[in-house]
Amino acid sequence: MSTPAVVVDDVSKSFRVYRDRNQSLKATILRRGRATYEDFWALRDVSLEIPEGGTFGLLGHNGSGKSTMLKCIARILQPNTGTITTRGRVAAMLELGSGFHPELTGRENIYLNGSILGMSKREIDLKLEAIVDFAGIGAFIDQPVKNYSSGMYVRLGFSIAIHVEPDVLLADEILAVGDMQFQEKCREKFAEFRNDGRTVVVVSHGLGEMRSLCDRAAWLDHGTLVDVGKATDIVDEYTETGHAAQEVTDGGMRWGSGEIQVERVELLDAHGQDQRTFRTGDAMTVRLHYVAPGGVDTPVFGASIHTLEGTHLWSHHTRDAGFVPARLQGSGSVDLVVPALPLQPGVFELNTSVVDEQITHDYDQHRRAARFEVMVGAPRESGGPIVLGSRWENFSPPVALVPAGQDVRTATAE
Amino acid sequence: MAVSPTTSPTSPPGGSSRRLAGGASSSVREDRQRSFEIVRNLTVREVRTQFKRTALGRLWSFINPLVTLAILSVVFGLFLRVPFQPSRNGDLHVFVLFLAAALIPWNFMSGAITAGMNSLVVNSGLLTKVYFPRFVLPMSVILSMTLTFAIEMGVLLVVVGLAGGFEVLLFVPAIAVFMVLISAFAIGIAMSLSIAMVYFRDTQHIMSLFMQLWFYATPIIYPLTLITDDVQQRVDDRGWTVLGQAIPLELIYGLNPAAAFTGAFRTMIYDYAWPTAGQWVICLAWAVASVLVGLLVFRKFSARVVEEL
Ligand SMILES: Nc1ncnc2c1ncn2[C@@H]1O[C@H](COP(=O)(O)OP(=O)(O)OP(=O)(O)O)[C@@H](O)[C@H]1O
Ligand SMILES: [Mg+2]
Repeated sequence: MSTPAVVVDDVSKSFRVYRDRNQSLKATILRRGRATYEDFWALRDVSLEIPEGGTFGLLGHNGSGKSTMLKCIARILQPNTGTITTRGRVAAMLELGSGFHPELTGRENIYLNGSILGMSKREIDLKLEAIVDFAGIGAFIDQPVKNYSSGMYVRLGFSIAIHVEPDVLLADEILAVGDMQFQEKCREKFAEFRNDGRTVVVVSHGLGEMRSLCDRAAWLDHGTLVDVGKATDIVDEYTETGHAAQEVTDGGMRWGSGEIQVERVELLDAHGQDQRTFRTGDAMTVRLHYVAPGGVDTPVFGASIHTLEGTHLWSHHTRDAGFVPARLQGSGSVDLVVPALPLQPGVFELNTSVVDEQITHDYDQHRRAARFEVMVGAPRESGGPIVLGSRWENFSPPVALVPAGQDVRTATAE
Repeated sequence: MAVSPTTSPTSPPGGSSRRLAGGASSSVREDRQRSFEIVRNLTVREVRTQFKRTALGRLWSFINPLVTLAILSVVFGLFLRVPFQPSRNGDLHVFVLFLAAALIPWNFMSGAITAGMNSLVVNSGLLTKVYFPRFVLPMSVILSMTLTFAIEMGVLLVVVGLAGGFEVLLFVPAIAVFMVLISAFAIGIAMSLSIAMVYFRDTQHIMSLFMQLWFYATPIIYPLTLITDDVQQRVDDRGWTVLGQAIPLELIYGLNPAAAFTGAFRTMIYDYAWPTAGQWVICLAWAVASVLVGLLVFRKFSARVVEEL
């Protein structure tokens, strides 16, 4: 870690909460100019460092002070005490919209907003095309922005913010609004930012997103900093307390209302043996043993595989598979069949879930329900967590190859 | 994506640092240059959007003053026969021009103060989303109005020139200076009021009443001499006093900045005369004082303004 991009040092921020909002003169005179307000502390003694070149996440419940923190970093709000030091240009994309003028066209707003964010006219001229391109709003660029959909609004705002090429980009819940294609673009952009050594600070309620997107994260609760550290740890910690999860014996964690539970997971090999060790390309059957004493209508089972670092590799649930039972009562099991494990050697974790048909209610979520190891098998590929069964082919023009198995090292190094 | 991964040419090379809350900013100059750019852009935006979606567009900015001018001329010049003097040095004795020389600056000033006063509240969307120095809002709104003001003054000068001789153009440099002074005065007042407006929305209603009072208390539709001679005489005759003192109307009028500004414009544009040293000093003093107070109020309150919006 080099010098931090943002240093938040002992920052507190209070808002005045008026008991009887003092916006009328009569009230002011009656109280002899003194409004009755209370200080509400949205941030209290928060200190953290955001390292340069990476993605930093802020998480916490609604009203915990995440947006306030971002606004303080962006200088829109001034903290009561404490200092915030930032390195380089800061651009913010805060909640919905970004101060567009509704009557002006997208193009005019680009110039206006760009200049407010610190770009010169010449700079905007140069980047105009890229901005319009990234926003992907096409012909609407010459329409007044009041005719935009809320997604288009955010896309344009975000596109401007990133093309300011800030050293620090603050993004408050933007992924929630864009469509999938745009979310993909954002992710790509964040990665690009990270590669350029720039810093992104994101606020999001999507925990999976936070896990996969962020390197480090901070957790705020009622304005105080609970913890800051590796994003995967913080997200785990957050979900754990958030769901009041109980640790299960094998080190995972689980939560949910419990009408139906996956009480046991078996990982079966081709011979029907419960195993924890497989080889790349082996068949694997995941058998989920459930208990539903009171009976549950249309439960949806799911399973997902993660790396130990928490990268979400894959998941599948019975609703997407069109395999939802009308009703389950008592105990039983269901199998998920993987014909050939497409995983590189390594250790992986399996999460299981049972949710309702709308995927809104958790009956039973079990994180790290099982852990298994994959050893070298076939196919054998070079790196990463997955295998694709890929092949190298067609040197053009054709060249002689070093015979297989013979000192491959020197061949690839050249 | 055709975006170059290199840092932009305008971003500081090593990355500058800034400190909040009491720390001195290390990029004051950069900030100032940025403010300038933002003021320019916002001003252009105002000018562009002022008359968007109106069929007559910019014409409205001329129809409004013309209609006011016509109404006031008919009522006060024709019906009530306000006694007004002929131009001191020019060959003019026309009520409409006597009126216009003071009314056009007044209209600008009152319009600018009102628009500037509302500028923070109206732009709350912008203020809560991006950081920029807050003073640019009242400032750019008023600057955008100076364009219309300048055009109106140009038209007025041509009409006055046709009616009373083009010697009036001699005063253009001085007129320009007074236009700057009156704009500065309006900006300063608007800065203070825009803050007041955030805390008390009553401000706008109080100000609309106050503006009416101010208009009639300023010698625009009547000459100052009407007050200092005629009215003063009648007040003294009736023996009206305040705290046992005679009421010094001339002094009271002398304290009215709008009277000073409109008086100066009338001196040049209607009377074809240079403003007196007194007029110069008073107008300059008002402009400076108003800007100073505006800056002080802004400095004290602008940090918390965003969250109170
Ligand atoms: N201008 C304001 N005046 C008074 N209170 C405010 C103001 N802005 C925010 N607050 C309060 O500060 C607290 C923190 O708000 P903040 O917007 O930072 O929450 P958040 O963590 O972003 O929540 P969410 O997840 O819902 O976006 C809230 O209780 C909110 O009511
Ligand atoms: Mg928020």
